Amino acid sequence: MPLLEVSNLEVCFGLRSGAVKALRDVSFTLERGERLGVVGESGAGKSVLGFSILNLLSRPGHISAGSVRFEGKDLATLAPEELRSIRGNRISMIFQDPMMTLNPVLTIGVQMVECLKAHRKISTKDATYIALQKLKQVQMPSPETRLEQYPHELSGGMRQRIVIAIGLLLDPDIIIADEPTTALDVTIQAEIMDLMLNLCEQNNVALILITHDLGVVSQVSQRMLVMYAGRIIEQGPTKEIINDAQHPYTQGLMNALPQMAIPGQKLNQIKGTMPPLQRIPKGCSFNPRCEYVLEVCKHNLPAFTQSGNCQVACHLVAELNQEKLLVKEV
Amino acid sequence: MIAFFVKRFFQAVVVMFVISLISFSIQDNLGDPLRELVGQAVSEEERQALRDEMGLNDPFLVQYVRFASKALQGDLGDSYFFKQPAFDVIMKKLPATLELVFGATVIIVLFSVPIGVYSAINPQSWFSKTVMGLSIIGISVPVFLTAIGLIYLFAIELNWLPSYGRGETTQVWGVWETGLFSADGLKHLILPSFTLASIMLPLFIRLIRSEMMEVLQSEYVKFAWAKGISPRRIYFLHALKNTMLPVITVGGVQIGTMVAYTILTETVFQWPGMGFLFLEAVNRVDTPLIVAYLIIVGAIFVVTNTFVDLIYGLVNPTVKLAGRK
Repeated sequence: MPLLEVSNLEVCFGLRSGAVKALRDVSFTLERGERLGVVGESGAGKSVLGFSILNLLSRPGHISAGSVRFEGKDLATLAPEELRSIRGNRISMIFQDPMMTLNPVLTIGVQMVECLKAHRKISTKDATYIALQKLKQVQMPSPETRLEQYPHELSGGMRQRIVIAIGLLLDPDIIIADEPTTALDVTIQAEIMDLMLNLCEQNNVALILITHDLGVVSQVSQRMLVMYAGRIIEQGPTKEIINDAQHPYTQGLMNALPQMAIPGQKLNQIKGTMPPLQRIPKGCSFNPRCEYVLEVCKHNLPAFTQSGNCQVACHLVAELNQEKLLVKEV
Repeated sequence: MIAFFVKRFFQAVVVMFVISLISFSIQDNLGDPLRELVGQAVSEEERQALRDEMGLNDPFLVQYVRFASKALQGDLGDSYFFKQPAFDVIMKKLPATLELVFGATVIIVLFSVPIGVYSAINPQSWFSKTVMGLSIIGISVPVFLTAIGLIYLFAIELNWLPSYGRGETTQVWGVWETGLFSADGLKHLILPSFTLASIMLPLFIRLIRSEMMEVLQSEYVKFAWAKGISPRRIYFLHALKNTMLPVITVGGVQIGTMVAYTILTETVFQWPGMGFLFLEAVNRVDTPLIVAYLIIVGAIFVVTNTFVDLIYGLVNPTVKLAGRK
């Protein structure tokens, strides 16, 4: 049984103008110690996916269908108290902007100790000791003084280290990191990413890394999901997808990387923009922007096709596979 | 810490200087103190002689300098009516007013925090919607109408509570005449306190509610949920502490304002406080008393704001004052 099994997850935002589905039919699994990258444009549903795993969507968002099974328990329907015992304990989250994540009026020590006390029967002294150990693990300089300090006394990089330390406090099975380095200085980004990678490896923690940085995903994750307009369109081993993307959208993303450009020429880009969730086109949601669009793409939703070790939701890939099979048979 | 208080002290001096200047310059327009003082039978010549004697005919600046130099020595002049130092007259009435403001503040804190927090957490519940509706009415109904309504209902119809006066008072430390330590005194305090609180309470409920709703949407509250902290701790520590920052700032100013609002409340309830005294002083054109009242209220304003800043500094770690390293 996989550690985490998300199946047919659908997330709905009930707005006055009608319900908007931010996630549709999202299914994937995560094994113990595995590192999974989730990539996509802004608004593709990456963050919503991260929050819905812990059922942390704020109103009016809610899980409208599907399940999130963690060790067999469905987090989407779990009672609040049981859910609380998993949050921060077995599955923890690291947020995007460390400037906003820590409570400005509570000391670092209070914010770390309370997390331990919420999940374990433990004295403040012991909890402080564990907090110190974790601060050392994230290579925080002079950790003792940090416990007494308030967030505003620390830099962005230091705050993100503290958030990571809080994420690791209870030795969780899974960490969900929602663009953990986006808000940081470029020089700090690599440092924090390395730190997270090392800590996850050392502690055998599974990582769900949500990002739009393909470079980071290729370095960190073993498997990846590509999301577009609330759906997964391609998933599989990171190496295979990076080296040989099947879906036209993923190919477009790869070609848009500055590393792929010829010096002196314009960077490649995917034409158009992602449709707003209220107006997702019929058929394949990528069809208006796709270079290889077929007639069938405009009417039918593509099912997943196995291609190598990857699963791709594309009619074209399906047809090409079909032809290959025919050629083999002949 | 000391620097902070020294700064505040000078601020208070400046505030009181400005207030005294303003109140001094309007005194000529309040009416003729002589008419109230001596009555109809005194001839015009005698009046003029009295005016000269009292220094009322001197130029404004001369009068003001004379007043200010005395005021600096703690003498704010004698009340025409009471024939006593104006300062002493007001100080005698101050406890009653402070007790009224204290009563109203207790009511505001006791009711606004739980109601505000509840309606922020459950904005869709019928209770929150009712409270929001009622608060609009509360803000828009004038104080004296609230007072009369309360008197009609609780004093006349139900006959539960007294409608005027302070009731039985006791002496504490020889100087503080208080109604807080006798059942009768407390009973007398209830209606005036609720009346005085009636304007501020809805304001505070709405303020706490809207601040809290904003804080509940913040990233750090979301992060607290993600950490698995209990809802109680999230609402009453993580969220409420941040909610209170703007509320404390507004609250400090409002408590000062309430001292001024007591004029209406005290009049309706015949509450023997300094607001009631002030209204009488205006009627009698008792200028030294009016000026002294305005200066003392100004001082109270500065003192409460100083306290509020101290409390704010304790709650908000990003503010450095009062000796925090």
